[in-house]
Amino acid sequence: MTQAITVSGLHKSFGKTHALDGLDLNVETGEVHGFLGPNGAGKSTTIRVLLGLLRADAGTAQLLGRDPWADAVELHRHLAYVPGDVELWPNLTGGEAIDLLSRLRGGVNRQRRDELIERFDLDPTKKGRAYSKGNRQKVAIVAALASDAELLLLDEPTAGLDPLMEVVFQDVIFEAKAAGKTVLLSSHILAQVEKLADRVSIIRLGKIVQSGTLGEMRHLTRTTIEAETETPATGLEELPGIHDVRTDEGRVRFAVDGGRLDGAVRKLTEFGIRSLISHPPTLEELMLRHYGDELSANGHSNGNDDGSGIGKSTAASDGAVR
Amino acid sequence: MTTATATTQAPAPAGAAAGGNTLAGTRTLIRFNLRRDRVRLPVWILALFLGTLATAGNYKELYADPKDRAGVVETMDSPAGLAMSGPRHYLDDYNFGSMLGHQMLGFMAVLVGLMSVLIITRHTRTEEETNRAELVRSTVVGRHAHLAAALCVAVLANLVLALLLAFGLSGMGIDGIDLSGSLLYGFDHAAVGIVFAAVAAITAQITAHSRGASGMALAVIGVAYVLRAAGDVGSNGALSWLSPIGWVQRTYVYVDNRWWPLLLCLALAVLCAAAGFVLSTRRDVGAGLRATRLGRPVASDALGRPFGFALRLHRGMLIGFGAGLFLMGVMYGSILGDAEDMLQDIDEIQEALQEIGGATIAESFASMVMVIITVVAVVYVVMAALRPRAEETSGRAEPLLATGLSRTRWVGSHLAVAMTGGTVLLLLAGLGFGISGAASTGDSGLFLKLVGAALAYAPALWVTVGVAVVFFGWFPRASAAAWIVPVYAFVVGYLGQILQFPDWMNNLSPLGHVPQLPAADLSWTPLVLLTLIAAALVWLGLEGFRRRDLETN
Repeated sequence: MTQAITVSGLHKSFGKTHALDGLDLNVETGEVHGFLGPNGAGKSTTIRVLLGLLRADAGTAQLLGRDPWADAVELHRHLAYVPGDVELWPNLTGGEAIDLLSRLRGGVNRQRRDELIERFDLDPTKKGRAYSKGNRQKVAIVAALASDAELLLLDEPTAGLDPLMEVVFQDVIFEAKAAGKTVLLSSHILAQVEKLADRVSIIRLGKIVQSGTLGEMRHLTRTTIEAETETPATGLEELPGIHDVRTDEGRVRFAVDGGRLDGAVRKLTEFGIRSLISHPPTLEELMLRHYGDELSANGHSNGNDDGSGIGKSTAASDGAVR
Repeated sequence: MTTATATTQAPAPAGAAAGGNTLAGTRTLIRFNLRRDRVRLPVWILALFLGTLATAGNYKELYADPKDRAGVVETMDSPAGLAMSGPRHYLDDYNFGSMLGHQMLGFMAVLVGLMSVLIITRHTRTEEETNRAELVRSTVVGRHAHLAAALCVAVLANLVLALLLAFGLSGMGIDGIDLSGSLLYGFDHAAVGIVFAAVAAITAQITAHSRGASGMALAVIGVAYVLRAAGDVGSNGALSWLSPIGWVQRTYVYVDNRWWPLLLCLALAVLCAAAGFVLSTRRDVGAGLRATRLGRPVASDALGRPFGFALRLHRGMLIGFGAGLFLMGVMYGSILGDAEDMLQDIDEIQEALQEIGGATIAESFASMVMVIITVVAVVYVVMAALRPRAEETSGRAEPLLATGLSRTRWVGSHLAVAMTGGTVLLLLAGLGFGISGAASTGDSGLFLKLVGAALAYAPALWVTVGVAVVFFGWFPRASAAAWIVPVYAFVVGYLGQILQFPDWMNNLSPLGHVPQLPAADLSWTPLVLLTLIAAALVWLGLEGFRRRDLETN
């Protein structure tokens, strides 16, 4: 597969703050790539470097095989961008803003534009000042998706959208992917990325700490198993890669490293399985693995990579399952 | 019920009264506003105060000899002199005090008005526009608290300035500047400042945008100034009585020390402020009285091109300045005939004019007016040329520059609007001045001369645009420094004539190099040079912008 975006060793400082600290990022053509991290991790800075709005201090970046700083204008004809915080011109209507941005990108597909306005339930006759945050966001999304851009850079695009519109947004992104477009989707909403992304990169303090498919990442983390057995399950603790075993009258619950799942389930069958529930790690847990120390520094108990963080948030998601 | 509320009640903010009080929280807001303005207001007040002290000191140096003062009286007793300063009555006893009242008061009134308008807009409309007011209003804060607090701060600032001036000036021990006169002089400033603060209290209700609110209030100041200028030059001064600036000048401070015109100011201020409060109840938070209408669902063809888009963003301001400058030209043109009549009998002046190259009185007055008109156009040009900076900091530039629009074209489109717009403004002012000037003097040949004289200043405007874009490209955080150009041009072009600045100071202003048509002869060299300098500055600024990071939040 060809690479739509290749970034290596990117550095960018603003005065004393190092926003990007040796960032590497690879996005393949035709994939939806989730770009995950909390506020201030460097997501927006990365995207702005990719847009040629900021100039990197060191490192290289290539978009569609070109340099984003030197070839900014030519590249922009092939990409569309949705900022996380959309500001509109107070005296222009939403419809005018959409047309303006689309035309400056190189033309508007009127039919697609009108269809998107309809689907996102946007009133294009209102002036920019009169739009709520969510509606300003819709203006930018429609302008980006109405274009024939082959690469979409979306920086927390759904901040401020209601759940119904969130669903519309997901449909539209699936369609874009089906049409062969490449999408870089930055977000801190994990559920969204989980649904849409083929691959995910997690950014922290200006560096990518983990990158891969969700499957690969889950392999690296622990799955939580809950089972009811005929005879009380014992001796699980001795197996390698099993953590936090808790037994309670024929019920057992533990976390197991991705590579040790097979051994753990084999062991369980010795006690006669009546029911078995397995929870794959959610993105929340993946994130917590990398941000656990920050949370604990802030006085939260989960984290520290000893599994207690995972156990705790699994307990929370259990509630949602039942 | 009392017990129930007592147990659930959150700690009440200090100074906040019970519900239903539309002024609840005003005191807290006043303190908050003063905290926010803790640098801005002292700078304004000290600049105005020290500027006045320096001028008074200057008078003592320059005009120590009564003969020198008599010379000033002769210069001032002309339409140009009176239009720039104040009513003739001051000239009867021209001591240091009356010089101050005559020459400085009108000019200072504009600055004090500007300060007051900006205070009101900043603490009312800007707060609403940024949605900060909404957050504050959700607490125990009454409906009228924002406006009341802003007015209190404006009144306070004006009173502090008044007292500083009163005691500062009387403490200098200059002949003719005594305490009772200085008290009135100080309160003249306060009165006119408070009037314009109250005017801004109305304009802040009308439009939903702080730029529009300040603009309208500044236009009122401009009209007030032009009315008093026309009235003071005209035969009976009736027009001056329509202007608050005219009122304070007619206290004849240091001459007659009349306090009663200040009552007019007070009455007008109370009336305007009350109107502001009433109007504010007729609208929603964040909205203006003028409802925002729905617009076109699709963009016109012109909007899709960078120049058309930039023009759309600048349109409102350009129309406002265009109308204002045209009217200003008409006003000044209409007193051109009076100027001629008034002075043609005075032989000395005729001789003096013959010596400087045979210009007529009307022509020399006209070249004076051109400087004032151009300074206003320069103000527009700076606002327009700094528009890309405003777009950048508000985050609106980012999505645009992520399209196929290059940085150079984007900034270039704004600069093109600033340059052509500024030139059109000069043309409009020249047309207004030319039409009414030719009519009032009965000299139809003057029309083309005046239009040409106005257009001769276009290269100076372009240089100003160049200065602004250099700041924008290389020192974006210091972009506001481009305001130095109009401020300096105003001080040199206006006060320079009174205070007799040396030539080199005049040469630092781009306006100083433009031939003073129609009184002087046209010479093309400085105009061509200014145009070349402008082109070089624009190129330099664009190069800087191409090399720097876009600032984002």
